[in-house]
Amino acid sequence: MAITLTERAASEIKRIFTEQQMPEGSSLRIAVKGGGCSGFSYVLDVATKPAADDESFQTNGVNVICDPKSYLYLAGTEVDFEDKLLGRGFVFNNPNAKKSCGCGASFKA
Amino acid sequence: MNAQDFQPLPPGKNNIILGIDLGTTNSLAAVMTPGGPRILRDKDGNGMVPSVISFGPDGRATIGSAAKAHAVENPLCTVYSVKRLMGKGMADLREDLRVLPYRVVGDDATRLAAQTQAGKPSTTAGAVAAASSGHADTTTAEGGCATEAGGARPTESREIVRVDINGRLMSPQELSAMILTELRQRAEAALGQEINQAVVTVPAYFDDAQRQATRDAGRIAGLDVKRIVNEPTAATLAYGLDQKQDATVAVYDLGGGTFDISVLRIAGGVCQVLSTHGDTHLGGDDLDREIIDLITGEIRSRFGQNIQFPPSTRQALRSLAEATKVRLSDAEQTTVEIDLGDGRNFQRTITRSEFESLAAKWLDRTIENSRQAVNDAGLSVEQIERVVMVGGCTRIPYVRRRVGEYFGPGKLYTAVNPDEVVALGAAVQAGILSGMKRDLLLLDVTPLSLGIETLGGAMGKLILRNTTLPCQAGELFTTYVDGQTAVDIHVLQGERELVKDCRSLGRFQLRGIPPMPAGAPKIRVTFLIDANGILNVSASEERSGKQAAIQITPSHGLTRQEVDGMIQESYRSAREDMAAHQLIDTRNEAGRILRAVDKALVNAGALLTADQRANLDATVAKLKTLLEGSDADAIYEAVQAVNTAATPLTQAQMDEVLRQTVKGKKVEEF
Repeated sequence: MAITLTERAASEIKRIFTEQQMPEGSSLRIAVKGGGCSGFSYVLDVATKPAADDESFQTNGVNVICDPKSYLYLAGTEVDFEDKLLGRGFVFNNPNAKKSCGCGASFKA
Repeated sequence: MNAQDFQPLPPGKNNIILGIDLGTTNSLAAVMTPGGPRILRDKDGNGMVPSVISFGPDGRATIGSAAKAHAVENPLCTVYSVKRLMGKGMADLREDLRVLPYRVVGDDATRLAAQTQAGKPSTTAGAVAAASSGHADTTTAEGGCATEAGGARPTESREIVRVDINGRLMSPQELSAMILTELRQRAEAALGQEINQAVVTVPAYFDDAQRQATRDAGRIAGLDVKRIVNEPTAATLAYGLDQKQDATVAVYDLGGGTFDISVLRIAGGVCQVLSTHGDTHLGGDDLDREIIDLITGEIRSRFGQNIQFPPSTRQALRSLAEATKVRLSDAEQTTVEIDLGDGRNFQRTITRSEFESLAAKWLDRTIENSRQAVNDAGLSVEQIERVVMVGGCTRIPYVRRRVGEYFGPGKLYTAVNPDEVVALGAAVQAGILSGMKRDLLLLDVTPLSLGIETLGGAMGKLILRNTTLPCQAGELFTTYVDGQTAVDIHVLQGERELVKDCRSLGRFQLRGIPPMPAGAPKIRVTFLIDANGILNVSASEERSGKQAAIQITPSHGLTRQEVDGMIQESYRSAREDMAAHQLIDTRNEAGRILRAVDKALVNAGALLTADQRANLDATVAKLKTLLEGSDADAIYEAVQAVNTAATPLTQAQMDEVLRQTVKGKKVEEF
């Protein structure tokens, strides 16, 4: 079990890192928080270094880090990036989610 | 803040330099630790030592709270406000001596040079360059100090004063040294090692003689005073303002008995005091006296003009007035009750606005002083970028409002405890002098998540743990009840999902929301953490523009171990916590939809077919039954079912609205 990024998602993250002038070795932080229209919602952030107890993964050339509590609900998740006319953004394919809301920003475990 | 940044105290004995705020009314000591400056407290958690010394019949001195308790019964042998006497001659003290109950004498035998080698005496407060990290150490001052000046031929003499307790003459330095000794002993007990170095703060207007007297007091107390720091400079150090970009800062210090306003220029990490003004007889005591006068006046007019108030009653009245003032900072009104004996009971409700009108004339004076300080600095008020609030009185909402009105909105710094901010700043300076690296102390990420309480007792996180600073986050919230005009914003810190398991950082109210149906107001809550870890929380209702805000230092008082403990606890209870949070959210959603259906049925229930109505009633009944249990998944499914069953109702409602709108109108009108 891990957290993975599709190639499209990874290249979008790299683009953001370059745009934000993030230093070499920066990571994408993925977390879950309570609240949101279907219970939990996803949070993406950039970080210059992992915290001591973070889970960390290398996927398609991007470092992904996740705190242990969020990882309970994110193990096995694949993050994709969609660039459609209606809706441009990251999509979470989360095996832990029983239901996702229409906008895909929140889920129910 | 990662484990590798966390370093133990520098090794070596006697390395500690104490930071001391030697105040007129209260004194405090603080020490720098890897987690930031920390106030040293006694076993009861009190950091403040009242600057009061009481002498018993055997000549033994008692210091602090115990001495303060003696002040009523033994006024001639209880010394307070000794700071007012420091480095002063009889001629300077005429005004002070009228109000001090103990005996102060001039000592003709002891004349001293009022000036040290530092230069000409400067009794007026002009531009005083403050000691800061960039400055050379100036602790080498020797020369004409009060206790050793006997043989020296003074270049300019000033009569030194002594306090006379039953014939025993003591200099203000000796008396101040007793307070410093108390603080030193308390620190030694807390830290388990001997301490013989200190940084001591003084008002910016203290002249050379007064600064030298403070140094001497330190030496008598066995402390090598490594540096004298101006109080306003210390306050800016506590906020880390010296490390930010260059700025012009005002420090508004309204204490128990004195008021000081200073304008500082911070450039390249060095503070310079541009101007200082104040009133050495204006403070919280005056506000207390207004309340006492109000109460005693009314007691006399109700129970007779000749009612006497013995000292014990007076002391009780003073405590009561102070408590009333403190309570009115939170409450809109408070009731005082005094039993005068013989069945005479005095009861009176004092409102906050009444207190504000009593306080107004005193606040006017502080604002007038502020205006003068800004003028003296050659600046306009718009050029003051930040205002640091110091002294217990700056907790009073009215004081903050008046200061905010004068200096302009959004400039006030209030997050650090205003009673402790000067001592904390002294400890920061002490840390710099003892070679502790300060940049290691700055948080680079938030150690714990921050959020607000949401309906049902859940913690709604806005900023997650480990977010890089500075950072900002905002979220929209709304009301739950029709016509709700105020919301409570309860700011929380922690990793758990329920409010009861998180740490409360503070709360405030957003009031004056125009009455609207539940769910209509848009309340934007914004969290902003600056590079120093200071959190600003603001709430605004977007339709009416009503706003409220609070400022907090989230890391205050938490050790690394405590933070780690809170995080571990959140891992252990993660599943239950998340389930509990989800249940609360699902219940809230159920409540919302049930009320919406009820409302829609009143308006458009008649438009449903009997089948549709029966279907809807059945799903509603099922949801209500499930709400008595705690199966979140089942409630969620039932909410979806109500939603589906209510679709014909919402459609019928829409059709009805549309029909009303288009009725009797021609197509071309649209």
